[in-house]
Amino acid sequence: MKRAKAAGGRTLGSYLTGYVLALVLTAVPFGIAATGALSMQSALIAIGASAIVQVLVHLRYFLHLGLRSTPQERLLAIAFTAVLILIMIGGSLWIMLNLYYRMWA
Amino acid sequence: MDMRILGRLTAADALPFYSWVAVGGAVVTVLGLLTIVGAITFLRKWRYVWTEWMTSLDHKRIGIMYVMLALVMLVRGFVDAIMMRAQQAVALNSTGYLPPEHFDQIFSSHGTIMIFFMAMPFLTGLINIIVPQQIGARDVAFPFMNSVSLWLTAAGAGLVLISLVVGRFSTAGWTGYPPYSGAEYNPGVGVDYWIWAIQVSGIGTTLSGINFIVTILKRRAPGMKLMRMPLFCWTTLATSILMIFAFPALTVTTALLALDRIFDMHFFTNAGGGNLMNYINLFWIWGHPEVYILILPAFGIYSSVVSTFAAKRLFGYKSLVYATMAIALLSFTVWLHHFFTMGAGAGVNAFFGIATMVIAVPTGVKVFDWLMTLFRGRITFHPSMLWALGFIVTFVIGGMTGVLLALPPADYLMHNSTFLVAHFHNMLIPGALFGYLAGYMFWFPKAFGFTLDERWGKGAFWCWIIGFYLAFMPLYVLGFMGMARRMERYEISAWQPFLLIAALGAVVILAGITCLVIQLVVSIRKRNEKRDLTGDPWDGRTLEWLTSSPPAPYNFAVLPQVRDIDALHDMKRHGSVYVRPKQYEDILLPINTGAGVLIGGLAFVFGFSAVWHIWWVAAAALLAILATAAARSFRDKTEFCLTGSKVQEIENRHFRDLAREGVL
Ligand code: HEM
Ligand SMILES: [Cu+2]
Repeated sequence: MKRAKAAGGRTLGSYLTGYVLALVLTAVPFGIAATGALSMQSALIAIGASAIVQVLVHLRYFLHLGLRSTPQERLLAIAFTAVLILIMIGGSLWIMLNLYYRMWA
Repeated sequence: MDMRILGRLTAADALPFYSWVAVGGAVVTVLGLLTIVGAITFLRKWRYVWTEWMTSLDHKRIGIMYVMLALVMLVRGFVDAIMMRAQQAVALNSTGYLPPEHFDQIFSSHGTIMIFFMAMPFLTGLINIIVPQQIGARDVAFPFMNSVSLWLTAAGAGLVLISLVVGRFSTAGWTGYPPYSGAEYNPGVGVDYWIWAIQVSGIGTTLSGINFIVTILKRRAPGMKLMRMPLFCWTTLATSILMIFAFPALTVTTALLALDRIFDMHFFTNAGGGNLMNYINLFWIWGHPEVYILILPAFGIYSSVVSTFAAKRLFGYKSLVYATMAIALLSFTVWLHHFFTMGAGAGVNAFFGIATMVIAVPTGVKVFDWLMTLFRGRITFHPSMLWALGFIVTFVIGGMTGVLLALPPADYLMHNSTFLVAHFHNMLIPGALFGYLAGYMFWFPKAFGFTLDERWGKGAFWCWIIGFYLAFMPLYVLGFMGMARRMERYEISAWQPFLLIAALGAVVILAGITCLVIQLVVSIRKRNEKRDLTGDPWDGRTLEWLTSSPPAPYNFAVLPQVRDIDALHDMKRHGSVYVRPKQYEDILLPINTGAGVLIGGLAFVFGFSAVWHIWWVAAAALLAILATAAARSFRDKTEFCLTGSKVQEIENRHFRDLAREGVL
């Protein structure tokens, strides 16, 4: 396992941790959808939450980003990405929920 | 799923016997291909074409191939356009000469081709040729990925072209809205051709975006601070950012549509709990940034052209940079204006309407900057300058009709009318295509070492601009008269005079395209008279004019030292241009490889088999793509060393030319 040890916490162990976390965070939403165990609203919230955590897991364990260890310009790029995702997903939710409210609610 | 060996591919379905016009189109397509293959074989040039061009990783050659693809597709897209104009000119109370099934394919392929396979390759090609040179770099950051992007784009274009011969193209328009594009209403292969052409080329575009961003951020010459980059580099950076953030939205949306069609899923079908409006929402999350992907590079080209041919420094450089970046960000906040009529609440519509109008502000800033650059300049009326002037005037009109459409109540009247068709052509033809043509005529001598004939260039400009006004101004009127877009026939005789004028306009544009062809032929024939040995035919201001024409594979033997926005102009003033070092250093260059062509070819096979549900071939092609990429990444030797003495030889030749021209 010596070769796997590299700079910035890139160990085989950390990759495996990330992998297992990602698997779990994928299995949970699929499970929720397949079993129908939760009510519609809590199911949506749970799926959304696992998606967000999944993103953070990828950034942390696969792209090795850390608030302190990563150069500032790279964090800026991530922040910019976050803003865009917020616009796209937030905007879509706003638009589609507004439509839902006017058509079916 | 279909498990037959050839999926749903049968001769009866595949051949275009539903319309004689379609048979004609198929024959022309096949003959065109045979002519090219035959000519290369007859001239015994296959080895040359393969080793020097197809497998090349040189960003200039890749760029040239992109532009060639774009020009071919421009002709194809225009043939579609003039066929529609002819149909609408005659289809009053009659079926015209095109059956509805065929007419619908034509507007779909026209829109798809013009956006994805004319405009996108054109701008990607120009960026490829010029941006590395403008920032003083020897290459793009990822030369091999660049080749993959090119061949993926070509594969997508190939899918659209072959749909004319084997099967049919989509009839669902360039936007492919469900439910009409779903399997229930559109069981044939048309929509699938559209989907896979877009998937394949869209991935190529995303890769190009990554490549350009890294190139600009990491490969600038010493002293080339971000705020010293020519404006074309800034607009390229903005466009590339839009590419990598917007294109995944398109890829995902069309992939979901494919899942609906193939696996009977229900993302966009109401019956299974899906929502077709979400398709429209997701599509335009990509779609609006896309129009800025097309337009921003043209803005950069105009900036170069205007300042060079006004012989002045660009007015308001900083404001142009900030306006570019503001447009890039704002372009992600307006997408709903494409579907105001969906029925969202007043709050939603008002927000997106106002955001849309806000974009007009940075765009207006740019127009004033160009005008101020022209003001009191010593203007040379090179054809590129004419395209720029035509753009400024015409684009403002399109911008105003756009602000009008940004008002939701007005949009309710004009939505999907020919007013809209007039508006977006009013933006895209002057705002994108004219810019690319300006860039083509401006930078042609850089790519090939001789200038393009100016008389035919001016002829092309005048035909295009007059033809544009004739072809599209009547559509504004027709929109107010209530004519919807995409109409194959109509019963209102008051429309016909306007449609006749529009058809005349298309004929004038045809003359413009003919001028472009003649210009190219005449210039190639007279290339010895038109030779430019200096590499700097227009008294250029930025670094791409420092290299020889065509540039050496490494562009710059010595990386330039940049001290000003107009880096070359600054060097000329200080007499520090064309200085030779005591000794040339060795330069590493990428080794050519056929892997990019192979991946593109396999992607074509994959797309074609996915269209026809030949799943075993599709899976094999996908695996082969992965295997090729993996094999390539295990290669250790991807670069070769051009020794200093070789570099010196090449440079000696260049400096001999410079001396002969009296520049030194
Ligand atoms: C060269 C001159 C051109 C002519 C004469 C022309 C003509 C037309 C016509 C007649 C239509 C159909 C309008 C309708 O639905 O009633 C159309 C649609 C369209 N055109 Fe063009 N066009 C030209 C250039 C371009 C360019 C340069 C672009 C883009 C860069 C473009 C993009 C589109 C798109 C996206 C559509 C919509 C297709 C659809 O309805 O799905 N066109 N054009
Ligand atoms: Cu838009």
